[in-house]
Amino acid sequence: MPDEKITLEILRYHPETDEEPSFQTFEVPYHEDWVVLDAINWIKEHVDGTLTYRWSCRMGVCGSCGMMVNGTPRLTCAVFLNEFHPEPIKIEPLAYFPVERDLVTVMDSFMEKLQSVKPWLIRNEDEEKPLEEGEYLQSPAELASYKQFSMCINCMLCYAACPVTGLESEFVGPAAIALGMRYNRDSRDQGREQRQEVIASHDAIWNCTFVGECSVVCPKDVDPAGAIQQAKVESTIDWYTSLLPWTKK
Amino acid sequence: MSKPYTPPMPLTWWNKNTAYRLFMLRELSSVFVALFVLELLCFVSQVGQGEEAMDQFIKSLDNPLYLLYHVIVLAFALLHSITWFNLTPKVMVIRLGEEKVPDVLVAGSNYVACLVVSLLLWWIVKG
Repeated sequence: MPDEKITLEILRYHPETDEEPSFQTFEVPYHEDWVVLDAINWIKEHVDGTLTYRWSCRMGVCGSCGMMVNGTPRLTCAVFLNEFHPEPIKIEPLAYFPVERDLVTVMDSFMEKLQSVKPWLIRNEDEEKPLEEGEYLQSPAELASYKQFSMCINCMLCYAACPVTGLESEFVGPAAIALGMRYNRDSRDQGREQRQEVIASHDAIWNCTFVGECSVVCPKDVDPAGAIQQAKVESTIDWYTSLLPWTKK
Repeated sequence: MSKPYTPPMPLTWWNKNTAYRLFMLRELSSVFVALFVLELLCFVSQVGQGEEAMDQFIKSLDNPLYLLYHVIVLAFALLHSITWFNLTPKVMVIRLGEEKVPDVLVAGSNYVACLVVSLLLWWIVKG
């Protein structure tokens, strides 16, 4: 069926001329093996070169092409047109983020939040091994305890699925907390106490109301909702433990 | 020049999709559970005041409106219990070496515990 078409309704925003975004409709050739990103690329190449969006790897690894597809945050490189055809597809930028242009969102707040949880291995200065002593060994069980959280590709779909990020702009958010937990769980890491200042704060885990949609939309099964609830339990235990007379500093 | 557009958060955000609506119902269910706990405490207080007070309390509940109210409370209590039971595996991750104890076992233990406690209470009440 080479002549078959599918309709894409894309939210456009040109900051130079527009006060607010509006939808523009495009007719795109329908191919069963095309993903939504292919259709958007076709529009940019053949209809409107000004259409602005992010993408890179086209294979669900880079996490750049996240958009709202019919109201749900998805990686557009991983959604086939045949999921919707012959119905039209509505494409919008990721929800709850400011829109820079068309489908491009402003990621600055996410980058700051991500950095705030120190998502890297931290060692106590006096406990750092000299290089000649080799690597820090880890058992398969120790790896398994954090591996799931390490699969995050920073695609931000979880933020676009979480209403708390829309209601509370300071909320550290699902991916950043899950990545903080990924390092807290790592047997080579000693930075939990530093991260707890952010993770155990009101703006992080205690702002989460456990809607759970972050885990539902995650393309890598990271389960940020689980990470946040587990951090709540651990932080609560920390608090009760701190009340014990023999643990007081 | 950058002029980002910040979409407003509508008051009806909770009605955006089924998952949000279910979440709101789950949160609302705690109100009904709390109301029933209050009612139960009143009942216990009446029991403490003697058989006559207890009978009067039970009689005061004997009308169709209260029956309807209790059906609604039961529905919300079931929703509350089932949704939270099913979320337990996310909170309580038990690992045996490299393997994670399956979610169905963690969630299932809640249902078993609920059944055991319910049967125990039924046995005591029937006594």
